[in-house]
Amino acid sequence: MSSDSRKADIIRLFNVSKRYGAKLALKDISLDIESGEFIIVSGPSGAGKSTLLKVLYLAERVSEGQILIDGMNLARISSGKLPFLRRRFGMIFQDFKLIPNRTVFENVALVLQVAGEKPSYIRKKVMHVLRTTGMEKKANHLPPTLSGGEQQRVAVARAVVGEPSIILADEPTGSLDEVSARIVLDLLLEYHRNGATILIASHNLGLLDSDVRGRHVALEDGQLKGISTMLC
Amino acid sequence: MPRILKKTLTDIRSNRFLNLITIMTISLSILVVSIFMLFFENTSRILESRNHGGRAMVYFNAQFSPNMLAGVKDQLTALGSVDKMTFISKDAALARLEKEMGGKTRFLSTLKDNPLPHAMEISLASFSSFDQVRDLARRIEALDTVASVEYGQGWLGRFLKLFNLFKMTGYAMCSLFLLIALFITANTVRLAFYARRTEVEIMRLVGATEGFIKTPFYMEGILQGFLGGCLGVLILLIGYYTLLSGISQNLGAYVYLDIRFLSFPAIGIILFSSTFLGWFGCFLSLKQILK
Repeated sequence: MSSDSRKADIIRLFNVSKRYGAKLALKDISLDIESGEFIIVSGPSGAGKSTLLKVLYLAERVSEGQILIDGMNLARISSGKLPFLRRRFGMIFQDFKLIPNRTVFENVALVLQVAGEKPSYIRKKVMHVLRTTGMEKKANHLPPTLSGGEQQRVAVARAVVGEPSIILADEPTGSLDEVSARIVLDLLLEYHRNGATILIASHNLGLLDSDVRGRHVALEDGQLKGISTMLC
Repeated sequence: MPRILKKTLTDIRSNRFLNLITIMTISLSILVVSIFMLFFENTSRILESRNHGGRAMVYFNAQFSPNMLAGVKDQLTALGSVDKMTFISKDAALARLEKEMGGKTRFLSTLKDNPLPHAMEISLASFSSFDQVRDLARRIEALDTVASVEYGQGWLGRFLKLFNLFKMTGYAMCSLFLLIALFITANTVRLAFYARRTEVEIMRLVGATEGFIKTPFYMEGILQGFLGGCLGVLILLIGYYTLLSGISQNLGAYVYLDIRFLSFPAIGIILFSSTFLGWFGCFLSLKQILK
């Protein structure tokens, strides 16, 4: 890898392993992800897809190896600095992880509130993002009153509202019907076209039929089985 | 800040039963503490006014004669703490007695000699306790020319023993009630935290700092403590006026009770303590949960 391309690398994994007791969830993973890339991490259940994402946003610490994000070594990130690292990510989960007793607007606004943004900016920005995700009219609804697809669109809105450089999505379409899954993936592709680096852990590759170039990272039993370029 | 306050009020509303119980418990504890404070404040004031800010009457024996007055005054001054001295000769004492007894002084004319001793009324420079008066009285009694010193040691001593016993009981009860309130507050915060565990987890995922997460809980604890304190003082105020109007209506002709409500500094201390209690309960709880 040339020094120029290394500069563009936003995420670098060096021989990363993650152990849960005796079980190795990730085995010796090395991977470079460039800024603005679209990556699909696939594999069967238990392959280590979610674990890979978890070690990236530091929900888990690696057992061995190192991860650099924009040159920052995650092993050296103290718990006090962790929130600031997480603000660089937008995260989407299969179970949406929305706060049930807060409205759609409040759920999305939370990202900007924790970052200390002004209320007027928050209002403007959140409404804009809700408009782009088609959830503007549901701004005052509570998540449990929405369909799965709508909840995931809210989760996408929350993931992108802070304009993060990296979006991590763990099975974002896993619990959605085909139409909703298509809408969510299209939204992610749109943010990718706007320059965001996107990592999706998914077993559903069939939906990726648009014209975005990316890479497919295959995992099996926590090991890297192959990396291929795809025209998704 | 308004956002955090709004969020705190929303959280309190969403857990209103639990919060109401906590506020009631705090107010009950504060009520008990306030009752004791009301009692102590009034008793101390009455005691102080009864003792005229630390006065004593020195009665001289037969060895004393008025021409020794200057020397005795010097001796008393040398003991320290004496502010003012007023000599009352035996003749002046008899005249005062006659005046005080009004028309019932006929028996005094049957006396061959004036039986009253020479006396000196003294006030203390810095009266702070009964013990201080007693110590000085003992030192004065040790003088050759002094027969006795009267400073209300009889009833005052017994009353103060009772007062001190009550004070100790008060301290114990207040501590117990405050501990109960602290325990309830800490538990409410713990329950609130567990109820919002998902919310806290999501907040962490989107980059909230621990301060951002904890602040609403602290605000909730502080608000509970403050509201509990206000409610406790309010209940005491209502009780105080109800009791006072009851006494003045039914026993006003027979009893004169100069009971005053808590002073502003005392109310301030109570409200600060209850607010601190709310904060401290929250602090203990979060420290344990987030360990």
